[in-house]
Amino acid sequence: MDWLYVLMPIAGVKIFWPGLIILGVGVGVIGGFFGMGGAWMVTPGLNILGFPMAFAIGTDIAHMAGKSLISTMRHGKFGNVDYKLGMIMLVGTVVGFEIGAQMIMWLERIGQVGPVVRWMYLVLLALIAWMVFADVAKKRRKEREAIAAGKEVDKLATGIEWHKTFHKIKIPPMIHFEAAGITCSAWLPIAVSFFTGWLAGILGIGGGLIRMPALIYLVGCPTHVAVGTDLFEVMISGLYGAASYTYKGRTELVAAIIMLVGAAMGAQVGSVATKYIKGYGIRIAFGLAVIGCFISVLLKLIPNYAPGLYTICDVIATVLILGLVAAMSVYITVKMVQGAAKEVAMKKGKV
Amino acid sequence: MPVVKRLALILATLCLTAQAALAAGGGGQLIVIVADSRKLTGVMAWWANLYNESHLYFTILTVVLIPVIGVIFGVVADFIMHFVGIDLKSRDLAEH
Repeated sequence: MDWLYVLMPIAGVKIFWPGLIILGVGVGVIGGFFGMGGAWMVTPGLNILGFPMAFAIGTDIAHMAGKSLISTMRHGKFGNVDYKLGMIMLVGTVVGFEIGAQMIMWLERIGQVGPVVRWMYLVLLALIAWMVFADVAKKRRKEREAIAAGKEVDKLATGIEWHKTFHKIKIPPMIHFEAAGITCSAWLPIAVSFFTGWLAGILGIGGGLIRMPALIYLVGCPTHVAVGTDLFEVMISGLYGAASYTYKGRTELVAAIIMLVGAAMGAQVGSVATKYIKGYGIRIAFGLAVIGCFISVLLKLIPNYAPGLYTICDVIATVLILGLVAAMSVYITVKMVQGAAKEVAMKKGKV
Repeated sequence: MPVVKRLALILATLCLTAQAALAAGGGGQLIVIVADSRKLTGVMAWWANLYNESHLYFTILTVVLIPVIGVIFGVVADFIMHFVGIDLKSRDLAEH
């Protein structure tokens, strides 16, 4: 069975290459569907495959850049990417990220910030999960009320509508974002991206997990456009991140390419699945992913207070994350296949 | 948007993103990693030697290869899905 292992030229370790492809497929599907890089899912996977941690982040970012490019191309063709919004937000994200990262370095100099940051991350994840499910519950309540009143259910109705309040702020310049179908002050996406960038900088994460819901609930993007536009940002930052880590000698390109084989297929499946799943379906699945991330971060925090539980917490966190990746990618793939089969059958019926 | 303006915008974006990536800390500690090319042959050995000789060329090649490979795989997947009969140019669902 030696052929199932490939020697990594830089790291000098033999890796089970089908495992890399499977991992690539899983995170590709989820990334293409939710519009995020998914580093929190990849790192434990690479760890299990025996990948040296020194190379894990760089390799992850390198494959993420390629995967996001594929997903952005696909979402772009569906009209899901608002390039103008993406470019404007990139400026706010970068400045916010820089300030957040500088703040965390300053905090590190004055004391231990690791657990504080993780607790902050937990609060944020809990808030996002609450926001998603409160939104879904509110939308369903509106639908029930409409049915009870004998009115027609508005298919475009949303639950939480904070963006409408933000859109009332008319500070010039006002900009119309065509793909997103919104007109607002340019300062709104700049402020939101600055805030999400600042949080990402403080938490040391890519930011897709925060930016995607922020695009929906604060900027007012339709779910599909939020996914596509977020991927556009992940693509640009991922490409630079890949260059930065590679220059530091922390990227194993062979592994990244093997993962990209799987991620290319997965990203297409995830992106195309958005064609067949309604915006609120995406939001609910995203909420579940956030809960999974919340539990895994919580499991990493527990050993700080009970060091004896380190091994068990680590194993549970890894199993949980990989189980979540597997379950979600299977769900999304099944939905995509069902939708595609229906579409093909309809086309044949027309002929 | 004119090509020059677009290029300037892309360049400015990349420069700004550079700041973010550097601010992220990068995790790059002052440890020198050397690839052991003695066990390798062919392309793998050349790749490991390139890593040892110049991180700059290694980086340039990596940054060029990733999007190129991504696009190739993406186009192949496009071709397969188009062959199956999936419409890859429009999305009917337009709700929030």
